[in-house]
Amino acid sequence: MPATALPRTDLIWDWLSQVPDPEIPVISLTDLGIIRDVQWRGDTLVVTVTPTYSGCPATGIINLDIETALRSHGIEKLELKRQLAPAWTTDWITAEGRDKLRAYGIAPPVDGTAADGVLAGRVSRLMGGNLTIQCPRCGSTHTQKVSQFGSTPCKASWRCADCLEPFDYFKCI
Amino acid sequence: MPSLPDMTTPNLTALAGQALADSGHVQVPAPDAGQDALVEWLQRMGDNGLILGHRLSEWCGHGPALEEDIAIANQALDLIGQCRLWLGLAAEVEGRGRDADAFAYLRDAGAFRNLLLVELPNGDFGVTLMRQFLFDAFHVELLRALKASSDSRIADIAAKAEKEVAYHLERSADLVIRLGDGTDESHRRMQDALNRLWSYTGEMFLDDAVDQAMADSGIAPLPSSLKDAWDRTVAAVLDEATLARPADGWHHKGGKKGIHTEHLGYILAEMQFLQRAYPGARW
Repeated sequence: MPATALPRTDLIWDWLSQVPDPEIPVISLTDLGIIRDVQWRGDTLVVTVTPTYSGCPATGIINLDIETALRSHGIEKLELKRQLAPAWTTDWITAEGRDKLRAYGIAPPVDGTAADGVLAGRVSRLMGGNLTIQCPRCGSTHTQKVSQFGSTPCKASWRCADCLEPFDYFKCI
Repeated sequence: MPSLPDMTTPNLTALAGQALADSGHVQVPAPDAGQDALVEWLQRMGDNGLILGHRLSEWCGHGPALEEDIAIANQALDLIGQCRLWLGLAAEVEGRGRDADAFAYLRDAGAFRNLLLVELPNGDFGVTLMRQFLFDAFHVELLRALKASSDSRIADIAAKAEKEVAYHLERSADLVIRLGDGTDESHRRMQDALNRLWSYTGEMFLDDAVDQAMADSGIAPLPSSLKDAWDRTVAAVLDEATLARPADGWHHKGGKKGIHTEHLGYILAEMQFLQRAYPGARW
């Protein structure tokens, strides 16, 4: 397409905000915070994407979905770049993304990561410390961890002691 | 078919140019000694993740509880994902047209550079967990130090992997404590596992010429420099788990140089089967 007809990058960000995460389709790729940059290099659109987890099996599908979406909007020359640093953490999930997760039944991540204070974090948790995860169904904070890992690499399994429902917690890294 | 050159007056420059054009390969400068050491070291990083990840994946569908089954499979996924980054970088630095898959599927046991600890059979759930804890405690210190690597590609991978591995350590430390300080049966099994694995932990902290070359260029820490922090983590967790630290003595070694236990060959026979039986198969 001629240079004058290149869509503006804010429009492209809008298009990307319509692309759902393949494993948690209630949030978009921009909610998840994995699109790092969108820019034109000549007449080639360069989209920079960062992986959530090193081994996340959805990474390939995410790239395919980005490509499909942008091609459907008429983008012809597209390059997808992988960027590792700064590493993605759950802090990159937007406030809107957190609300959508909660409404969907997944408890959004609380602040902080395991890498910040490995054993200190563990001990405070064992002592019934300050980590409270709210049940996304009934809002109770009377909840307990069932397993540190869950149905996808990014989630842990929790259970509510009040409404007794199990739920996914978007784990912090 | 080009005509034969006149043998009396060979035009070497033209012939060399023709040979290059015919070969269809981009010429890659031969790696210097420093790059060889870096490729070697990157394979150690990648192979630890690959082999431990494969071992963990053997539990898939066999875990003692559904949640543990899922947790182990997820850790395998993290480790294999990290392995892709390390071996991908090894391939890039090596510059001979290999990719991460070629390293994983087309090397024989003698070319693998993982620690012996990670290739040991899973044993019971206690052995698997104890091995994971002993390795996680080392792995997290290594990655933490690598975040300051003089090679930004390595620092970037380390920063990514550290977050995942810190999470692994939280789980493995928790479970070692719960099972060590649990029933008589679980305590006995965890102590047995520790006694059995202890002589494989020394290899993590051995320095060799490759490690020295990496340390000299600021790329990676000397493994021996990680020992104090590992000792502190292990002491704190074993203490809480009411487990007795075995006496230090003779240690197994060799994995980093490609001298492995008999177990590695069986892992590769399974892991590499498809590419060996159907070379170049894709899906």
